[in-house]
Amino acid sequence: MWMEIGTINDIPKLGARVVQSASGDIAVFRTADDEIFAMFDSCPHKGGALSQGIVHGKAVACPLHNWNIDLVSGGVQGPDNGCARTVAITVSEGVIRMQMPEVKSTGTNG
Amino acid sequence: MKQKLVVIGNGMAGMRTVEEILKRDANAYDITVFGAEPRENYNRIMLSPVLSGEKTFEEIIINSREWYADNHITLHVGDAVTAIDADAKTVTSEKGQSVNYDKLLIATGSDPFIIPVPGADLEGVVTFRDLDDVNRMLEAAKSAQESGGGSAVVIGGGLLGLEAAMGLKANGMEVSVVHLMDTLMERQLDDAAGYLLASELENRGLKVLTGANTQSILGDANVSGVQLEFGTMLKADLVVMAVGIKPSITLAKESGVEVGRGVMVNDQMQTSNPDIYAVGECVEHRGATYGLVAPLYEMSKILAAHLTGDEGVAYEGSVTSTKLKVTGVDVFSAGDFSGGAGTEDIVFRDAARGVYKRVVLRDNKIEGAVLYGDATDCAWYFQMMKDGTDVADIRDTIVFGQAFAGGAQADPLAAVAALGVDAEICGCNGVSKGDIVSAITEQGLTSLDEVKAVTKASASCGGCSGLVEQLLAVTLGDAYQAQTVKPMCGCTTHSHDDVRRLIVAKEMKSMPEVMQQLEWSTPDGCVSCRPALNYYLLCAWPTQYADDNQSRLINERVHANIQKDGTFSVVPRMWGGMTSAAELRAIADVVDKFEIPAVKVTGGQRLDLFGIEKKDLPAVWADLNAAGMVSGHAYGKPLRTVKTCAGNQWCRFGTQDAIDMGIQLEKMAWGSWTPHKFKMAVSGCPRNCAEATIKDFGVIAVDSGFELSVGGNGGIEVRVTDYLCTVQSEAEVLEYAGAYMQIYREEARYLERTAPWVERVGLDHIKAHVVEDEGNRKALHERFLASQDALQEDPWAERAKGEKDAHEFTPLKIVA
Repeated sequence: MWMEIGTINDIPKLGARVVQSASGDIAVFRTADDEIFAMFDSCPHKGGALSQGIVHGKAVACPLHNWNIDLVSGGVQGPDNGCARTVAITVSEGVIRMQMPEVKSTGTNG
Repeated sequence: MKQKLVVIGNGMAGMRTVEEILKRDANAYDITVFGAEPRENYNRIMLSPVLSGEKTFEEIIINSREWYADNHITLHVGDAVTAIDADAKTVTSEKGQSVNYDKLLIATGSDPFIIPVPGADLEGVVTFRDLDDVNRMLEAAKSAQESGGGSAVVIGGGLLGLEAAMGLKANGMEVSVVHLMDTLMERQLDDAAGYLLASELENRGLKVLTGANTQSILGDANVSGVQLEFGTMLKADLVVMAVGIKPSITLAKESGVEVGRGVMVNDQMQTSNPDIYAVGECVEHRGATYGLVAPLYEMSKILAAHLTGDEGVAYEGSVTSTKLKVTGVDVFSAGDFSGGAGTEDIVFRDAARGVYKRVVLRDNKIEGAVLYGDATDCAWYFQMMKDGTDVADIRDTIVFGQAFAGGAQADPLAAVAALGVDAEICGCNGVSKGDIVSAITEQGLTSLDEVKAVTKASASCGGCSGLVEQLLAVTLGDAYQAQTVKPMCGCTTHSHDDVRRLIVAKEMKSMPEVMQQLEWSTPDGCVSCRPALNYYLLCAWPTQYADDNQSRLINERVHANIQKDGTFSVVPRMWGGMTSAAELRAIADVVDKFEIPAVKVTGGQRLDLFGIEKKDLPAVWADLNAAGMVSGHAYGKPLRTVKTCAGNQWCRFGTQDAIDMGIQLEKMAWGSWTPHKFKMAVSGCPRNCAEATIKDFGVIAVDSGFELSVGGNGGIEVRVTDYLCTVQSEAEVLEYAGAYMQIYREEARYLERTAPWVERVGLDHIKAHVVEDEGNRKALHERFLASQDALQEDPWAERAKGEKDAHEFTPLKIVA
């Protein structure tokens, strides 16, 4: 199900906001070029809230231990391994829509 | 009998279609053209040079009235079509003419968008669409000139708005550009190019206000000003609204053809009625509308072919590019440079020439490009982008342009070798390649520093140091060993020290400016350099730099400490470790109210409240503020605490009032940002119960005064402070502490604690500047106080009131 979650201007450039959903918190990021990405708000390393990290280029650095997560794929950049679960987003005329993930019975990290 | 073709719109798209038809088959149609404007057809995109006075209207006419006559075209100017009867196949005009058609072409173009603010209908508010608008602007400028000046406000910092602004400036008006978004031309440019453009336009005398929302336009009958949100008022004798265009579709809609955002057409530019076609800015094709000239011409060509019997043609949409038509400002962008999965950025910056280029590749093909300052190669990039050329072979040098990438010098060293002896290497000091090479060979120079000393090349801004090193490598061959300067991070070749020096020397006051001037290799830095640059800029320009919250790590951004479970901890300040029943009661109430699960006494003599949800932070702070407490800055890289012992107020061994001294130090220094965290302590006697000898700045009271020591650390690598000096009075303690903090703030590298810093620069360096040179000490202390004057504030208070960063503490959306 696609759902309207807000507008681009609700998120600071190079920043993030959180959508609270039944399947867990989802971080929504805005890059310098106004691209919007979303993924579950949990670092594949130790579950840090990615929404609280620094966004740079098309990546976010986890606030807990500085792992860099690729916003496009959810994959971990550099020497570390892992993958955050991404969530599909569309933006039209500044309005952001998210494909709400289905609630899973196990865990919140997909 | 020829078929009758009626064209509604005497603009660029309609007439280009007619021209193309005539070119293919001059006898195909009996053509009638209606134009709403009372004049012949002209090149609308050249209105900007007409406004600026660089061209006359006559020079931008495309087809004269004779041309229409020569081609047997019936032209009705100043007579807009008001109705289409699709069943009877006739059109009716304003002046009452009724004309039959076999084929009808709607080329009504677009209308300027007027933002619906109060005052938008005042006299003196104009759009920038046709020659009448230009004439209105010129008249306004002229009458303003006669009354001694005059101000114009252009609402909209896009292509058209900026061209209008520069044109009005050229006509002697004071011009402000008000732009809603943070970056000028944000749809065509990225932040870096937008920054360069804004500074260039400001250098040319425009006032540029970004992130500025127009609230209303002021005036009685005539416009007098523009009121922005948050109180700014701009005086204006003329307001130009250039916030965008919308396809002009009313006529088409009333005729019954299908419309969306524009008039819907298929790949043959045919509307839902097979005898009615549409072309230009008024159409919507495959979901896209266009406001640039190149796509219109592409549509016209396809339509003309179709109308003259070529069945196989199809318009498949256009790849667009933009160029700003302001003389001397080279800006170009094309395609999609926002990236996406699997794209890579190639960035080139030449600060000396003010050049920024960014090419976005996907699968070795160009997906987008932004060029600023040097758009010479725009056609080359655009062609490769449209053709989908595989650029794998020239990938490494593509950003240098066609001459470079296409030629033999694919290797930067070869390119330097190929430069002539007269080629200027150092623009600041006018040093040529020949000067440098002969200095190297004749004087046996082997390092960058030596070349710098002998020739002055790269001795000023240092921007050419890379080129000089390449010259050393080319001239000396294998004998040259490059200096190993550790760069700040992967985004730059400059070291921390160079960046700090250059920020001050070149008076750089924003992060995009630093990244451009120092030729950053990434568009917006990384998690290492951004917090460092933010600190360096804040330290260098405390009253001028706008702190960039998005370049601060989470704890500094929300003024609390993130914990492993995503909750936060909060530490209110307790001056010198002192508290009171009222404070403790308030803290206890906060703990109860917010069900705070843990309270801990910290090593810095205060209380840490653990496990607070982020959303509760402002409310927690509000309660603490109400009891008189402020942020303890127990997070990030500021002054943390000033630890004290009981001192002579209570202790039988105390020699001085350690508590009061500690409170005075903390009151002076709280809220200051430092390269790394900074801790102080004051002990009232040499027993040193406050552990002052493992602090960044330690004070130990003795009978005769205070012993000051620096560079201690109790962390991973325990280090005892170095003794600095002994002073007599509390005022001196404050002066030395402030001076020492300031020299640390100004000289240490970001994330360098005082302990390694003192070891690196040596205690003698610090003594020389802080102890032995009284004038310097006082100057340092004053700079520290000036910075505090500008920046010392409780970050909790404004957030508790909801005045700042409210978005940090509320979710974007809650989905049950």
